[in-house]
Amino acid sequence: MSPSASVHSAIEPAESPLTPESWGKLGMWIFLAGDAVGFGVLLASYGGMRMTSADWPSPYAVLGINLTAAMTFLLICSSVTMVKALEWLGKGDRAKCRIFLFFTALGGAIFVSCQAYEWSKLIHEGLHINGNPWGASLFGTSFFLVTGFHGLHVTGGVIYLLSIIRYVTNRPSPAASYNAVEITGLYWHFVDLVWIMVFTFMYLI
Amino acid sequence: MAAAEHKHPNYMAIFWYLAILTVVEIAVIYMPLPKVTIGVLLCALALGKAALVAMYFMHLRFETRTLGMVAVTPLAIATLLVFLLLPDGFAVAKRTVGVKAAVGAPAKH
Repeated sequence: MSPSASVHSAIEPAESPLTPESWGKLGMWIFLAGDAVGFGVLLASYGGMRMTSADWPSPYAVLGINLTAAMTFLLICSSVTMVKALEWLGKGDRAKCRIFLFFTALGGAIFVSCQAYEWSKLIHEGLHINGNPWGASLFGTSFFLVTGFHGLHVTGGVIYLLSIIRYVTNRPSPAASYNAVEITGLYWHFVDLVWIMVFTFMYLI
Repeated sequence: MAAAEHKHPNYMAIFWYLAILTVVEIAVIYMPLPKVTIGVLLCALALGKAALVAMYFMHLRFETRTLGMVAVTPLAIATLLVFLLLPDGFAVAKRTVGVKAAVGAPAKH
């Protein structure tokens, strides 16, 4: 909600809280809800496959969690730079907002690079989409499917962030781009939130 | 207006909570506890972290009820899905206990 929207609702508290400026936010939330169901189905079916398998490997022993723990920390950091970008834009400082948006995108890019490194290392060790040396072949299938789907979201997020930096630059005033940056933030934090789930269910448990 | 005053929560505090919870998660998997307890603890910690991100980073705590309803819908669907899959999971797991023991045995040699 932008400052003008909060003033508006303060004057007219009985009115519908969804002002036209928050329609975009509502749209993003609906998209994210659908996306969350997509990830929910992937993780639930992962759980179902794992429960019914007789020889599912121990994920943290096979995959290793040192790198992924660092990647988790990196995504949390990039979420903080995202909220800082919005905070600076709210204060009218476009230059600082752009710097923090850039750091957020950089965090995402490093995350995807780490994932590419992890994938190639695991493939080299024998983890393939159709089989692996440690047990159930669906282990590899579900690993690549879920982390790949999340990785695509991060890649999309980096492109989204870079294009929003341009958008912030081109708008007539900082306030004119506040809503768009907040919506971008929703997407980015969602990607972080999903990773929290993926990290727990696919690596730790 | 109260909501406007709380517009920017203490983001660094949330960051530290998330970082500490991640460390706790990693510590939990090395604890000498039954597997089920570890699983339940990890689920609880993950949900706690997800709630922190949604409530403070995504500002859900300060948003209208409509957005809250949209956000909660997938959670309800996911919960339903888990309960739909669990009975089958338990049934097959029970049947494959013998198989698991047979598969696990050669690895010890």
